Amino acid sequence: MKLHLRVWRQASGGVRGEMVAYEVDDVSPDMSFLEMLDVLNERLTLEGEEPIAFDHDCREGICGMCSLVINGTAHGPQKATTTCQLHMRSFNDGDTIDIEPWRARAFPVIKDLVVDRSAFDRIIQAGGFISAPTGSAPDAHATPVPKADADDAFEAATCIGCGACVAACPNGSGMLFTAAKITHLGLLPQGQPERDARVIDMLHAHDEAGFGGCTNTGECTQVCPKGIPLASIARLNRDYRDAVKRA
Amino acid sequence: MAVSGALLIGFLFLHMIGNLKIYFGASSFDSYAHWLRKIGEPILPYSGFLWIQRVVLLVAIGAHIWAATSLAIAARKARPVAYAHRPKVQGSYAARTMRWGGVIIALFVVYHLLDLTTRHLNPVADTNQAFGAVTADFAPGRWYVTLFYTLAVVMLGFHLRHGVWSAFQTLGWKFPRTVALAVSVLLCAGFLMVPLSVMFGIIK
Repeated sequence: MKLHLRVWRQASGGVRGEMVAYEVDDVSPDMSFLEMLDVLNERLTLEGEEPIAFDHDCREGICGMCSLVINGTAHGPQKATTTCQLHMRSFNDGDTIDIEPWRARAFPVIKDLVVDRSAFDRIIQAGGFISAPTGSAPDAHATPVPKADADDAFEAATCIGCGACVAACPNGSGMLFTAAKITHLGLLPQGQPERDARVIDMLHAHDEAGFGGCTNTGECTQVCPKGIPLASIARLNRDYRDAVKRA
Repeated sequence: MAVSGALLIGFLFLHMIGNLKIYFGASSFDSYAHWLRKIGEPILPYSGFLWIQRVVLLVAIGAHIWAATSLAIAARKARPVAYAHRPKVQGSYAARTMRWGGVIIALFVVYHLLDLTTRHLNPVADTNQAFGAVTADFAPGRWYVTLFYTLAVVMLGFHLRHGVWSAFQTLGWKFPRTVALAVSVLLCAGFLMVPLSVMFGIIK
Protein backbone atom coordinates (compact mmCIF):
# COMPACT_ATOMS: atom_id res chain seq x y z
CA MET A 1 0.00 0.00 0.00
CA LYS A 2 1.03 3.56 -0.68
CA LEU A 3 -0.29 6.26 1.62
CA HIS A 4 -0.30 10.03 1.71
CA LEU A 5 -0.04 11.27 5.30
CA ARG A 6 -0.57 14.73 6.65
CA VAL A 7 0.85 14.88 10.15
CA TRP A 8 0.76 17.64 12.77
CA ARG A 9 4.35 18.73 13.44
CA GLN A 10 5.10 21.06 16.34
CA ALA A 11 8.64 21.30 17.74
CA SER A 12 7.49 22.14 21.28
CA GLY A 13 4.56 23.46 23.27
CA GLY A 14 5.35 27.14 22.85
CA VAL A 15 5.80 27.28 19.08
CA ARG A 16 3.37 27.16 16.18
CA GLY A 17 2.70 23.85 14.50
CA GLU A 18 1.44 22.84 11.06
CA MET A 19 0.28 19.86 9.05
CA VAL A 20 3.19 18.36 7.06
CA ALA A 21 2.72 15.97 4.13
CA TYR A 22 4.61 12.65 3.91
CA GLU A 23 4.45 9.79 1.40
CA VAL A 24 4.80 6.27 2.79
CA ASP A 25 5.38 3.37 0.36
CA ASP A 26 5.40 -0.36 1.02
CA VAL A 27 2.86 -0.34 3.83
CA SER A 28 1.63 -3.83 4.63
CA PRO A 29 -2.10 -4.15 5.44
CA ASP A 30 -1.05 -6.27 8.42
CA MET A 31 0.93 -3.45 10.03
CA SER A 32 -0.62 -1.68 12.97
CA PHE A 33 -1.10 2.05 12.58
CA LEU A 34 1.81 2.72 14.93
CA GLU A 35 4.08 0.28 13.01
CA MET A 36 3.31 2.28 9.88
CA LEU A 37 4.49 5.41 11.73
CA ASP A 38 7.58 3.48 12.93
CA VAL A 39 8.44 2.73 9.29
CA LEU A 40 8.09 6.40 8.40
CA ASN A 41 10.15 7.44 11.43
CA GLU A 42 12.99 5.04 10.51
CA ARG A 43 13.15 6.64 7.10
CA LEU A 44 13.02 10.17 8.54
CA THR A 45 15.84 9.28 10.95
CA LEU A 46 18.00 7.87 8.11
CA GLU A 47 17.36 11.03 6.10
CA GLY A 48 18.51 13.12 9.06
CA GLU A 49 15.04 14.51 9.77
CA GLU A 50 13.44 14.71 13.18
CA PRO A 51 11.18 11.65 13.64
CA ILE A 52 7.50 12.23 14.47
CA ALA A 53 6.89 12.10 18.21
CA PHE A 54 3.82 10.07 19.25
CA ASP A 55 2.76 8.40 22.49
CA HIS A 56 2.66 4.61 22.76
CA ASP A 57 3.53 1.96 25.30
CA CYS A 58 1.96 -1.49 25.57
CA ARG A 59 0.63 -1.67 22.00
CA GLU A 60 -1.89 -4.18 23.30
CA GLY A 61 -4.81 -1.77 23.66
CA ILE A 62 -4.78 -1.67 27.45
CA CYS A 63 -2.38 1.03 28.65
CA GLY A 64 -4.09 4.17 27.36
CA MET A 65 -0.94 5.82 26.00
CA CYS A 66 -1.63 5.93 22.26
CA SER A 67 -3.62 8.94 21.27
CA LEU A 68 -4.06 9.96 17.65
CA VAL A 69 -6.91 11.72 15.92
CA ILE A 70 -7.02 9.94 12.56
CA ASN A 71 -9.04 11.65 9.82
CA GLY A 72 -10.87 13.58 12.51
CA THR A 73 -11.78 10.55 14.64
CA ALA A 74 -10.03 9.79 17.92
CA HIS A 75 -8.31 6.37 17.63
CA GLY A 76 -9.36 6.13 13.97
CA PRO A 77 -12.20 4.49 12.08
CA GLN A 78 -12.53 1.19 13.98
CA LYS A 79 -14.99 1.23 16.88
CA ALA A 80 -13.92 0.28 20.41
CA THR A 81 -10.29 0.06 19.32
CA THR A 82 -7.18 1.97 20.38
CA THR A 83 -4.83 3.37 17.74
CA CYS A 84 -2.24 0.66 18.45
CA GLN A 85 -4.81 -2.05 17.68
CA LEU A 86 -5.92 -0.37 14.47
CA HIS A 87 -4.44 -2.05 11.41
CA MET A 88 -3.65 -0.67 7.98
CA ARG A 89 -6.18 -3.06 6.44
CA SER A 90 -8.76 -0.50 7.64
CA PHE A 91 -7.41 1.84 4.94
CA ASN A 92 -7.12 1.64 1.16
CA ASP A 93 -4.13 1.96 -1.13
CA GLY A 94 -3.66 5.61 -2.08
CA ASP A 95 -5.62 7.01 0.89
CA THR A 96 -4.80 10.39 2.38
CA ILE A 97 -4.70 10.16 6.17
CA ASP A 98 -4.69 13.19 8.46
CA ILE A 99 -3.06 12.61 11.85
CA GLU A 100 -3.52 15.15 14.64
CA PRO A 101 -3.00 15.20 18.41
CA TRP A 102 -5.84 15.35 20.97
CA ARG A 103 -7.04 18.96 20.85
CA ALA A 104 -7.92 20.46 24.23
CA ARG A 105 -6.72 23.34 26.37
CA ALA A 106 -6.37 20.87 29.26
CA PHE A 107 -4.14 18.64 27.05
CA PRO A 108 -1.41 20.99 25.75
CA VAL A 109 0.85 19.67 22.99
CA ILE A 110 4.33 18.73 24.22
CA LYS A 111 5.70 17.80 20.82
CA ASP A 112 4.12 16.79 17.48
CA LEU A 113 1.40 14.29 18.42
CA VAL A 114 2.29 14.00 22.11
CA VAL A 115 0.04 15.84 24.56
CA ASP A 116 0.29 16.34 28.31
CA ARG A 117 -2.58 14.43 29.90
CA SER A 118 -1.66 15.17 33.52
CA ALA A 119 -5.00 17.03 33.85
CA PHE A 120 -6.51 13.54 34.19
CA ASP A 121 -4.03 12.79 36.99
CA ARG A 122 -5.20 15.90 38.83
CA ILE A 123 -8.82 14.73 38.54
CA ILE A 124 -7.79 11.35 40.01
CA GLN A 125 -5.79 13.04 42.77
CA ALA A 126 -8.90 15.01 43.73
CA GLY A 127 -10.89 11.89 44.61
CA GLY A 128 -10.28 8.92 42.35
CA PHE A 129 -9.15 6.64 45.16
CA ILE A 130 -10.42 4.72 48.19
CA SER A 131 -9.06 4.74 51.73
CA ALA A 132 -9.35 1.01 52.44
CA PRO A 133 -6.41 -0.40 54.39
CA THR A 134 -3.88 -2.11 52.16
CA GLY A 135 -2.12 -5.37 52.94
CA SER A 136 -2.86 -8.92 51.98
CA ALA A 137 -5.79 -9.58 49.68
CA PRO A 138 -9.16 -9.89 51.51
CA ASP A 139 -10.95 -13.23 51.55
CA ALA A 140 -13.10 -13.80 48.49
CA HIS A 141 -16.73 -12.85 49.18
CA ALA A 142 -15.82 -11.30 52.54
CA THR A 143 -17.54 -8.15 51.22
CA PRO A 144 -20.63 -9.06 49.21
CA VAL A 145 -21.27 -7.01 46.05
CA PRO A 146 -24.49 -7.42 44.04
CA LYS A 147 -23.74 -8.95 40.64
CA ALA A 148 -25.33 -6.11 38.67
CA ASP A 149 -23.25 -3.52 40.56
CA ALA A 150 -20.09 -5.58 40.12
CA ASP A 151 -20.73 -5.75 36.36
CA ASP A 152 -21.37 -2.01 36.00
CA ALA A 153 -18.38 -1.15 38.19
CA PHE A 154 -16.14 -3.45 36.17
CA GLU A 155 -17.38 -2.03 32.89
CA ALA A 156 -16.52 1.48 34.13
CA ALA A 157 -13.18 0.28 35.50
CA THR A 158 -12.08 -0.72 32.00
CA CYS A 159 -11.49 2.99 31.28
CA ILE A 160 -7.82 3.33 30.40
CA GLY A 161 -7.74 7.12 30.70
CA CYS A 162 -6.56 7.67 27.14
CA GLY A 163 -8.50 10.92 26.72
CA ALA A 164 -10.24 10.06 23.45
CA CYS A 165 -13.51 11.25 25.04
CA VAL A 166 -12.03 14.74 25.43
CA ALA A 167 -10.57 14.69 21.92
CA ALA A 168 -13.94 13.82 20.38
CA CYS A 169 -16.15 16.06 22.52
CA PRO A 170 -17.32 19.20 20.70
CA ASN A 171 -17.16 20.91 24.11
CA GLY A 172 -13.71 19.56 25.02
CA SER A 173 -15.25 18.00 28.12
CA GLY A 174 -13.68 15.22 30.18
CA MET A 175 -16.98 14.14 31.69
CA LEU A 176 -16.96 10.55 30.41
CA PHE A 177 -13.56 9.89 32.02
CA THR A 178 -14.66 11.47 35.31
CA ALA A 179 -17.99 9.61 35.19
CA ALA A 180 -16.22 6.28 34.60
CA LYS A 181 -14.20 6.76 37.78
CA ILE A 182 -17.25 7.91 39.80
CA THR A 183 -19.20 4.84 38.59
CA HIS A 184 -16.34 2.42 39.16
CA LEU A 185 -15.67 3.51 42.75
CA GLY A 186 -19.17 4.63 43.73
CA LEU A 187 -20.82 1.28 43.00
CA LEU A 188 -18.52 -0.74 45.24
CA PRO A 189 -18.67 -0.94 49.06
CA GLN A 190 -15.03 0.12 49.31
CA GLY A 191 -15.84 3.39 47.56
CA GLN A 192 -18.61 4.53 49.91
CA PRO A 193 -16.73 6.47 52.63
CA GLU A 194 -15.52 9.18 50.21
CA ARG A 195 -18.43 8.95 47.79
CA ASP A 196 -19.88 12.44 48.32
CA ALA A 197 -16.56 14.26 48.56
CA ARG A 198 -15.26 12.33 45.55
CA VAL A 199 -17.84 13.53 43.07
CA ILE A 200 -17.70 17.16 44.25
CA ASP A 201 -13.89 17.31 44.32
CA MET A 202 -13.37 15.45 41.03
CA LEU A 203 -15.85 17.68 39.19
CA HIS A 204 -14.16 20.74 40.65
CA ALA A 205 -10.75 19.45 39.49
CA HIS A 206 -12.27 18.70 36.06
CA ASP A 207 -13.50 22.29 35.65
CA GLU A 208 -10.28 23.74 37.11
CA ALA A 209 -8.23 21.87 34.50
CA GLY A 210 -9.98 23.78 31.71
CA PHE A 211 -12.22 21.07 30.31
CA GLY A 212 -15.56 22.20 28.86
CA GLY A 213 -19.03 21.29 30.11
CA CYS A 214 -20.99 18.20 29.07
CA THR A 215 -24.03 18.68 26.82
CA ASN A 216 -24.73 14.95 26.36
CA THR A 217 -23.89 14.94 22.65
CA GLY A 218 -22.55 11.38 23.00
CA GLU A 219 -19.48 11.85 20.80
CA CYS A 220 -17.32 10.47 23.63
CA THR A 221 -18.88 7.01 23.73
CA GLN A 222 -18.61 6.77 19.94
CA VAL A 223 -14.81 6.83 20.11
CA CYS A 224 -14.20 5.30 23.55
CA PRO A 225 -11.96 2.26 22.99
CA LYS A 226 -13.51 0.61 26.03
CA GLY A 227 -17.15 1.45 25.29
CA ILE A 228 -17.84 3.35 28.52
CA PRO A 229 -21.60 4.08 28.29
CA LEU A 230 -23.13 7.55 28.38
CA ALA A 231 -25.36 6.38 31.25
CA SER A 232 -22.31 6.70 33.51
CA ILE A 233 -22.59 10.49 33.11
CA ALA A 234 -26.19 10.31 34.37
CA ARG A 235 -24.84 8.36 37.36
CA LEU A 236 -22.23 11.07 37.98
CA ASN A 237 -24.95 13.73 37.87
CA ARG A 238 -27.09 11.73 40.30
CA ASP A 239 -24.17 11.27 42.69
CA TYR A 240 -23.43 14.98 42.46
CA ARG A 241 -27.07 15.88 43.13
CA ASP A 242 -27.22 13.60 46.18
CA ALA A 243 -23.84 14.80 47.46
CA VAL A 244 -24.88 18.46 47.24
CA LYS A 245 -28.17 17.66 49.04
CA ARG A 246 -26.31 15.94 51.87
CA ALA A 247 -23.53 18.52 52.11
CA MET B 1 -30.35 24.12 31.19
CA ALA B 2 -32.48 21.16 32.33
CA VAL B 3 -34.67 22.93 34.91
CA SER B 4 -35.43 25.98 32.75
CA GLY B 5 -36.05 23.64 29.80
CA ALA B 6 -38.50 21.60 31.88
CA LEU B 7 -40.49 24.76 32.70
CA LEU B 8 -40.61 25.70 29.02
CA ILE B 9 -41.74 22.20 28.00
CA GLY B 10 -44.50 22.37 30.64
CA PHE B 11 -45.70 25.58 29.02
CA LEU B 12 -45.54 24.02 25.55
CA PHE B 13 -47.83 21.20 26.65
CA LEU B 14 -50.44 23.62 28.06
CA HIS B 15 -50.11 25.81 24.97
CA MET B 16 -50.66 22.83 22.70
CA ILE B 17 -53.73 21.64 24.61
CA GLY B 18 -55.13 25.19 24.50
CA ASN B 19 -54.54 25.37 20.73
CA LEU B 20 -56.46 22.15 20.17
CA LYS B 21 -59.58 23.79 21.65
CA ILE B 22 -59.95 25.35 18.21
CA TYR B 23 -61.51 22.06 17.04
CA PHE B 24 -64.49 22.76 19.35
CA GLY B 25 -65.47 25.84 17.34
CA ALA B 26 -64.97 29.58 17.30
CA SER B 27 -66.95 30.44 20.45
CA SER B 28 -65.26 27.69 22.49
CA PHE B 29 -61.80 28.85 21.38
CA ASP B 30 -62.51 32.54 21.96
CA SER B 31 -64.03 31.92 25.38
CA TYR B 32 -60.98 29.82 26.31
CA ALA B 33 -58.74 32.74 25.28
CA HIS B 34 -60.91 35.06 27.36
CA TRP B 35 -60.84 32.68 30.34
CA LEU B 36 -57.02 32.70 30.29
CA ARG B 37 -57.23 36.41 31.08
CA LYS B 38 -59.73 35.93 33.89
CA ILE B 39 -57.74 33.26 35.83
CA GLY B 40 -57.34 34.27 39.45
CA GLU B 41 -59.92 37.10 39.37
CA PRO B 42 -60.83 38.94 41.50
CA ILE B 43 -57.60 38.51 43.55
CA LEU B 44 -55.58 39.05 40.38
CA PRO B 45 -56.40 41.86 37.95
CA TYR B 46 -57.61 41.07 34.41
CA SER B 47 -54.74 39.29 32.53
CA GLY B 48 -52.88 39.16 35.86
CA PHE B 49 -52.18 35.44 35.71
CA LEU B 50 -50.96 35.73 32.11
CA TRP B 51 -48.47 38.41 33.12
CA ILE B 52 -47.16 36.30 36.00
CA GLN B 53 -46.77 33.41 33.57
CA ARG B 54 -45.01 35.65 31.06
CA VAL B 55 -42.52 36.82 33.68
CA VAL B 56 -41.82 33.22 34.79
CA LEU B 57 -41.33 32.12 31.16
CA LEU B 58 -39.09 35.09 30.45
CA VAL B 59 -36.92 34.21 33.47
CA ALA B 60 -36.79 30.57 32.29
CA ILE B 61 -35.82 31.64 28.76
CA GLY B 62 -33.18 33.98 30.19
CA ALA B 63 -31.74 31.19 32.35
CA HIS B 64 -31.82 28.78 29.40
CA ILE B 65 -29.94 31.19 27.13
CA TRP B 66 -27.50 32.14 29.88
CA ALA B 67 -26.68 28.45 30.57
CA ALA B 68 -26.33 27.69 26.84
CA THR B 69 -24.08 30.70 26.29
CA SER B 70 -21.80 29.89 29.20
CA LEU B 71 -21.51 26.27 27.98
CA ALA B 72 -20.68 27.50 24.47
CA ILE B 73 -18.04 29.89 25.83
CA ALA B 74 -16.52 27.12 27.99
CA ALA B 75 -16.47 24.84 24.94
CA ARG B 76 -14.68 27.44 22.84
CA LYS B 77 -12.11 28.04 25.56
CA ALA B 78 -11.59 24.29 26.06
CA ARG B 79 -10.36 23.83 22.47
CA PRO B 80 -8.18 26.80 21.46
CA VAL B 81 -6.65 25.03 18.42
CA ALA B 82 -9.25 23.55 16.07
CA TYR B 83 -8.86 20.24 14.24
CA ALA B 84 -7.67 20.57 10.64
CA HIS B 85 -9.72 17.52 9.68
CA ARG B 86 -13.06 17.42 11.45
CA PRO B 87 -15.84 15.27 10.01
CA LYS B 88 -19.43 15.88 11.02
CA VAL B 89 -20.03 14.72 14.56
CA GLN B 90 -21.27 11.16 14.80
CA GLY B 91 -24.06 11.89 17.27
CA SER B 92 -27.60 12.74 16.25
CA TYR B 93 -28.59 15.64 14.01
CA ALA B 94 -30.67 16.88 16.94
CA ALA B 95 -27.69 17.04 19.32
CA ARG B 96 -25.54 18.81 16.76
CA THR B 97 -28.08 21.56 16.02
CA MET B 98 -28.94 22.46 19.63
CA ARG B 99 -27.17 25.83 19.67
CA TRP B 100 -28.15 27.30 16.30
CA GLY B 101 -31.51 25.55 16.50
CA GLY B 102 -32.06 27.36 19.80
CA VAL B 103 -31.28 30.72 18.17
CA ILE B 104 -33.73 29.98 15.35
CA ILE B 105 -36.44 28.98 17.84
CA ALA B 106 -35.86 32.21 19.82
CA LEU B 107 -36.27 34.28 16.63
CA PHE B 108 -39.42 32.32 15.79
CA VAL B 109 -40.85 33.07 19.25
CA VAL B 110 -40.34 36.81 18.62
CA TYR B 111 -42.15 36.52 15.28
CA HIS B 112 -44.87 34.38 16.85
CA LEU B 113 -45.55 37.00 19.57
CA LEU B 114 -45.68 39.83 17.01
CA ASP B 115 -48.06 37.68 14.97
CA LEU B 116 -50.58 36.15 17.35
CA THR B 117 -50.11 38.06 20.62
CA THR B 118 -49.57 41.72 19.70
CA ARG B 119 -51.04 41.16 16.17
CA HIS B 120 -48.57 43.53 14.48
CA LEU B 121 -48.01 40.95 11.75
CA ASN B 122 -51.51 39.47 11.74
CA PRO B 123 -54.39 40.44 9.39
CA VAL B 124 -56.78 40.57 12.41
CA ALA B 125 -55.83 43.40 14.75
CA ASP B 126 -58.67 42.92 17.30
CA THR B 127 -57.09 40.94 20.15
CA ASN B 128 -60.52 39.70 21.33
CA GLN B 129 -60.81 37.60 18.17
CA ALA B 130 -58.56 34.61 18.76
CA PHE B 131 -60.28 32.25 16.32
CA GLY B 132 -60.44 34.85 13.58
CA ALA B 133 -56.75 35.66 13.95
CA VAL B 134 -55.71 32.00 13.64
CA THR B 135 -57.92 31.25 10.64
CA ALA B 136 -56.84 34.46 8.86
CA ASP B 137 -53.17 33.80 9.66
CA PHE B 138 -53.02 30.31 8.14
CA ALA B 139 -55.43 30.95 5.24
CA PRO B 140 -54.39 29.15 2.02
CA GLY B 141 -53.35 32.49 0.46
CA ARG B 142 -50.77 32.93 3.23
CA TRP B 143 -49.21 29.48 2.66
CA TYR B 144 -45.74 30.91 3.38
CA VAL B 145 -46.80 31.65 6.99
CA THR B 146 -47.89 28.03 7.45
CA LEU B 147 -44.65 26.84 5.84
CA PHE B 148 -42.58 28.99 8.19
CA TYR B 149 -44.51 27.77 11.23
CA THR B 150 -44.04 24.18 10.08
CA LEU B 151 -40.28 24.59 9.72
CA ALA B 152 -40.03 26.28 13.12
CA VAL B 153 -42.06 23.56 14.85
CA VAL B 154 -39.99 20.80 13.24
CA MET B 155 -36.84 22.63 14.44
CA LEU B 156 -38.40 22.72 17.91
CA GLY B 157 -39.06 18.99 17.61
CA PHE B 158 -35.39 18.30 16.96
CA HIS B 159 -34.43 20.58 19.85
CA LEU B 160 -36.73 18.66 22.19
CA ARG B 161 -35.67 15.25 20.95
CA HIS B 162 -32.17 15.82 22.28
CA GLY B 163 -33.22 18.30 24.98
CA VAL B 164 -35.76 16.14 26.81
CA TRP B 165 -33.40 13.17 27.00
CA SER B 166 -30.43 15.37 27.87
CA ALA B 167 -32.36 17.09 30.68
CA PHE B 168 -33.08 13.76 32.35
CA GLN B 169 -29.45 12.74 31.92
CA THR B 170 -28.33 16.05 33.50
CA LEU B 171 -30.68 15.60 36.44
CA GLY B 172 -29.23 12.14 36.97
CA TRP B 173 -31.96 9.86 35.68
CA LYS B 174 -31.50 7.22 33.06
CA PHE B 175 -34.15 7.92 30.46
CA PRO B 176 -34.99 6.03 27.25
CA ARG B 177 -34.34 8.11 24.14
CA THR B 178 -37.49 6.72 22.55
CA VAL B 179 -39.64 8.48 25.17
CA ALA B 180 -37.92 11.78 24.34
CA LEU B 181 -38.65 11.11 20.67
CA ALA B 182 -42.29 10.36 21.50
CA VAL B 183 -42.62 13.62 23.48
CA SER B 184 -41.22 15.68 20.62
CA VAL B 185 -43.34 13.91 17.99
CA LEU B 186 -46.46 14.44 20.13
CA LEU B 187 -45.74 18.16 20.57
CA CYS B 188 -44.86 18.60 16.89
CA ALA B 189 -48.08 16.89 15.80
CA GLY B 190 -50.19 18.88 18.26
CA PHE B 191 -48.75 22.19 17.15
CA LEU B 192 -48.79 21.46 13.42
CA MET B 193 -52.36 20.14 13.33
CA VAL B 194 -53.94 23.57 13.80
CA PRO B 195 -52.18 25.59 11.05
CA LEU B 196 -52.42 22.68 8.59
CA SER B 197 -56.12 22.15 9.38
CA VAL B 198 -56.77 25.84 8.69
CA MET B 199 -54.76 25.80 5.50
CA PHE B 200 -56.53 22.72 4.12
CA GLY B 201 -59.96 24.01 5.11
CA ILE B 202 -60.71 21.53 7.92
CA ILE B 203 -61.17 24.48 10.29
CA LYS B 204 -63.16 27.37 8.82
